[in-house]
Amino acid sequence: MEKLFKTHPIEAWLLIIIVATSAVLSVASTQYLTLVNAFDLLNSISINVIFAVGLLVVLISGGIDISFAVAASVVQYVAFYVLSYLGGGNWFIGFIVAGGLGIVLGAINAGLIHYFRIISIVVTIATFNIFFGLLMFLTRGVYLYDLPDWWTNRIIVFEHEMANGTWAELTLPAVVMFGAILATWLLITYSSIGRQIYAFGDNPEGARRIGINIVAVQFIAYGWMGMMAGIAGLMQAHFVQEIVPNALIGRELDVLAAVVLGGATLGGGRGTVLGCVLGVLLMAIIQNGLNLLGVTPFAFKAIVGVIILLAITLSNVSFVELRAHLRMQKGQ
Amino acid sequence: MTTTNRNKIKRYMESEVAGLSIFLIAVVIAFSLASPNFLTATNLSSMAIQLPELGLLTLAMLIPILSGGLNLSITYTANMSGLALAWTLQAFGGPEAGVEAFILGCALALSVGALSGFVIGVVVAYSKAHPILVSLAMMIFMRGIGEFLSRGKDITGFPQFVQNIGQGDIWGVPIPLLVFIACAVVWHIILSRTRQGFGTYMLGSNIMATAYSGISTKRNLIVLYTLSGLMCAVAGIIMLSRFNSVRVGHGESFLLITVLACFLGAVNPFGGFGRVVPVVLALMILQVLTSGLNILGANQHLSTALWGFFLIAVMVLRWAWWQYSIKRK
Amino acid sequence: MIPVIQFSNVSKTFGGVRALINIDFEVMPGEVHCLAGENGCGKSTLIKIISGVYDPDPGATLTLMGQEYETLSPAQARRVGVGVIWQDHALFPEMSVAENIAIEGFVSSKSKLVRHKKIKDVAQKVCERLGVSFELDALVKTLPIAQRQLIAICRALVSDVRIVFMDEPTASLTQSETKHLLDVVRTLTAENVAVVFVSHRLTEVLEIANRVTVLRDGQKVGVYDASEMTLAKLTEKMTGLTINPAVVDQDLSKNETVLEVKQISRAGEYEDISFSIAQGEVVGITGLLGAGRTELALSLFGMTRPEQGQIYLHGKEVEFKSNLDAISSGVAYVSEDRLSLGLIQDQSIENNLALTVLDKALAFGSLLSFKKKRTIVDHWIEELGVKSGNTSDAISTLSGGNQQKVAIAKWLATNPKLLILDAPTVGVDVGAREGIFEIVRDLAGKGLSILLISDEVSEVYFNSNRVLHMSSGCIQKEYVPARCDISELEDAIYGKAI
Repeated sequence: MEKLFKTHPIEAWLLIIIVATSAVLSVASTQYLTLVNAFDLLNSISINVIFAVGLLVVLISGGIDISFAVAASVVQYVAFYVLSYLGGGNWFIGFIVAGGLGIVLGAINAGLIHYFRIISIVVTIATFNIFFGLLMFLTRGVYLYDLPDWWTNRIIVFEHEMANGTWAELTLPAVVMFGAILATWLLITYSSIGRQIYAFGDNPEGARRIGINIVAVQFIAYGWMGMMAGIAGLMQAHFVQEIVPNALIGRELDVLAAVVLGGATLGGGRGTVLGCVLGVLLMAIIQNGLNLLGVTPFAFKAIVGVIILLAITLSNVSFVELRAHLRMQKGQ
Repeated sequence: MTTTNRNKIKRYMESEVAGLSIFLIAVVIAFSLASPNFLTATNLSSMAIQLPELGLLTLAMLIPILSGGLNLSITYTANMSGLALAWTLQAFGGPEAGVEAFILGCALALSVGALSGFVIGVVVAYSKAHPILVSLAMMIFMRGIGEFLSRGKDITGFPQFVQNIGQGDIWGVPIPLLVFIACAVVWHIILSRTRQGFGTYMLGSNIMATAYSGISTKRNLIVLYTLSGLMCAVAGIIMLSRFNSVRVGHGESFLLITVLACFLGAVNPFGGFGRVVPVVLALMILQVLTSGLNILGANQHLSTALWGFFLIAVMVLRWAWWQYSIKRK
Repeated sequence: MIPVIQFSNVSKTFGGVRALINIDFEVMPGEVHCLAGENGCGKSTLIKIISGVYDPDPGATLTLMGQEYETLSPAQARRVGVGVIWQDHALFPEMSVAENIAIEGFVSSKSKLVRHKKIKDVAQKVCERLGVSFELDALVKTLPIAQRQLIAICRALVSDVRIVFMDEPTASLTQSETKHLLDVVRTLTAENVAVVFVSHRLTEVLEIANRVTVLRDGQKVGVYDASEMTLAKLTEKMTGLTINPAVVDQDLSKNETVLEVKQISRAGEYEDISFSIAQGEVVGITGLLGAGRTELALSLFGMTRPEQGQIYLHGKEVEFKSNLDAISSGVAYVSEDRLSLGLIQDQSIENNLALTVLDKALAFGSLLSFKKKRTIVDHWIEELGVKSGNTSDAISTLSGGNQQKVAIAKWLATNPKLLILDAPTVGVDVGAREGIFEIVRDLAGKGLSILLISDEVSEVYFNSNRVLHMSSGCIQKEYVPARCDISELEDAIYGKAI
């Protein structure tokens, strides 16, 4: 732990806050520290985590993506029609189609950013409008209910009956989430291109000088984001058993806030998978806790907003400087 | 970026007003030819009524962008300010409330807006957090508190004169448009004629060098975000009076369009350059496009998509122009 | 013996500016070759072409190890054996030392995976070869600048190199580190590796180089044997001018004291500093990079606060809460870092100049008057002889020398009592430097007190009434140029002979 504090202070702090919050909640609510609630929590954060690890890679590369949530909705619709054209499909084809469509949408962002030298926030604001506008226009906002059975049937990967007769269940999205976490961790820690994404985000000019393939870095970062968005879209439709065109819009900013809470910055070159997951987890625990404590859902967002504001303020104020400042004032 | 290019960009920006005006005229002519309903009094007045909402929010977005930041909380700050006014009116009897109640409510609304901006400014100035994140947190907070307090419902029931402000006119010019023009003029003066505005441009280009030159950048940041918040409040008041109701989430879709309007109006995405006049022209172009497409029967969502394409097209054209100007030399 | 590098007819044009014009450049194996020239003469551009970062204009022939190329990519140059130590190091601050050293290896390798163990081994090996040691897991951003310099050197030598470019490698090194570096250079040449040295410490260059290629204004002046060159000759080739300096011989200690500093300290930056500056006096501070010179200046300018000691201006104790206080007390500071702190490069000449004196350009209450602003700007442009086309052009369109004049002018406009000039000739052509010092002498003559900070010993020696030598945060000794030889000062700073 001490070592973690030294090398990854943000992750260590998040861990402590999560443990402390959990301790408080388990005292305040008997339902909190149960396997049922823990599994529910994992199932419910899975989609946001899948988005988050994708966004993490883009942030590390020094970019930002606002369009991924609506991209996921686009993927849902297109995948639906592609799959019915293919005769229904199955999970394997589903992942290939959703991931592939996501990569295409990510590549559009990467191409605009790289070839026309437009900054990422402008590009993704534009593609956000394009994706969403076209989706709503072409689908006329119609919901899709008649998804293939394989897509909507709940898959319970692990279950356990509790003493009181309730079931603790871990479902497919949670497993896919672990897969996404693992894959992203491998990408940014052990692959050559992953380290190059870090390097490019850290010092773009330095990266250019040592011959890092910048085109590859951009396309892989946004492509990875797109792929994760596609998979998250697939999972979200599985979760709610329907496709709603505006179900995911607005999610992008919540995910961004969580990832940044986890230590990634908009400057690039920083961020870890652990921090990113802990960021999402903390937000979910707070919501879950407020829920268990009987706080009205209307107040959730306000509280979450305050927490994010405090977190980014505190994580960006240098305490060493502040202390030195106060000490000096006292000394005079 | 070599030095000659920088210079070229600057001249290009200056010629932007000419370019945008020509484009505006072209779009107007195109729509007039395409539909006889475009150049009619009804359509012109409906454009004049719609423009101010987006316009005021765009002004609120403009100053943070000039400083190299962004304010993502503008729409919800406007909503919250609107709520402050709505409650004041209701506390004084709803439809029976008097002018004093309206004035008090406006003061409260402006305070709410200013406070929201002030908090963003303080955090941006004193921590090294990126403005996108700070204002994002403020946006989530404002949305949450607004939904909490209004329970997600519409708040209605205001005196008639409030509605008259939103829908009335003076000598044929809609009042919201007059408010917008007044605000744009004030913004123009602040940006081009005050030390605050001058400092905002400078710190937008290079905040450290500006601080070294003896400008209090912290104060400047706090003031500029407070100004942005104030402008949100004005937008909130106008939105209330035009729709005769307040709902948290109203105008949410304007957020990204305000950014689009700024970039279309030749504001530098990195900060430091950009003026009110081209941005107003850009707003007029967007309004004409919306109304024109509407008259031609295009769907609202199609317009959203077209705006996205439009933003990309503008940026690609700029890039192409840049490439051309480098090659030509 | 075939040359490692034989480039002919290399030109490079940016926008309309011709940065290089028909350059021929050749380096033999095992040779130490010096690339000399003023700032902006095209040295960096040439290095970037050789290392594949820029493509040359069509018509050039690039021959590396006897093989001809039309264009080069950074990865290709790397494979042929070109290693570069960049002046700004081009390191990755958020990544570990080991990764920074080994990154070029895994960028150019075919393998899709990285093995962190192997990266450490590679880094460890090159560190041992150079006789340096680092904590390999530490993040580069936590290390001081001299160590980063060594990391950059390690990185360039990690693979088999045939030729190494070193762009100002000694700028931030202490004497023993420099010695060490020169030893490394000798080891490399013994292994038949060619070393191209770019340095403005000309004495050092002449000591170690076999041949010198001189560039001026993007053109090649010639190639000379180092043994036939002297310092004066080399300077003349670089600038095209002959300069015969003389020292300032004037004792002003009887004048009124403007600034007095008593035993100020700030942990990790400077310690127990005491000195004073009289009216019209120029006091020089010199020493190696990292000696605490800039840190001291920042405290005098109110950007940081000394933890101990007092500062007096005109006999009155002052405590600056920020640089705003310092400015209103009459202190002005021309930053060493003109690109990011001294001037706002994107903004116009007039905006840069007016930034410090907006209060003087007000009319109708508190609104800015363009006319008054214009008058102020025109006055100072004229006063300091800034050569500029249009004052609404971006400041980055000016040459280094003219930019520095604007940076000085914007502070003179505040009517200061004390002017701190921190490395005022960085990025200023040798020819234009004299112009800056003419201004300095002129201002001192008019009674302004000046603190002149520079790591160019000759600059402070020839332009100051007194010189303070600073190292590791302390003032070591005071020198009066009129009463000592420059070599005495140089020996104190760099140590006797390399």
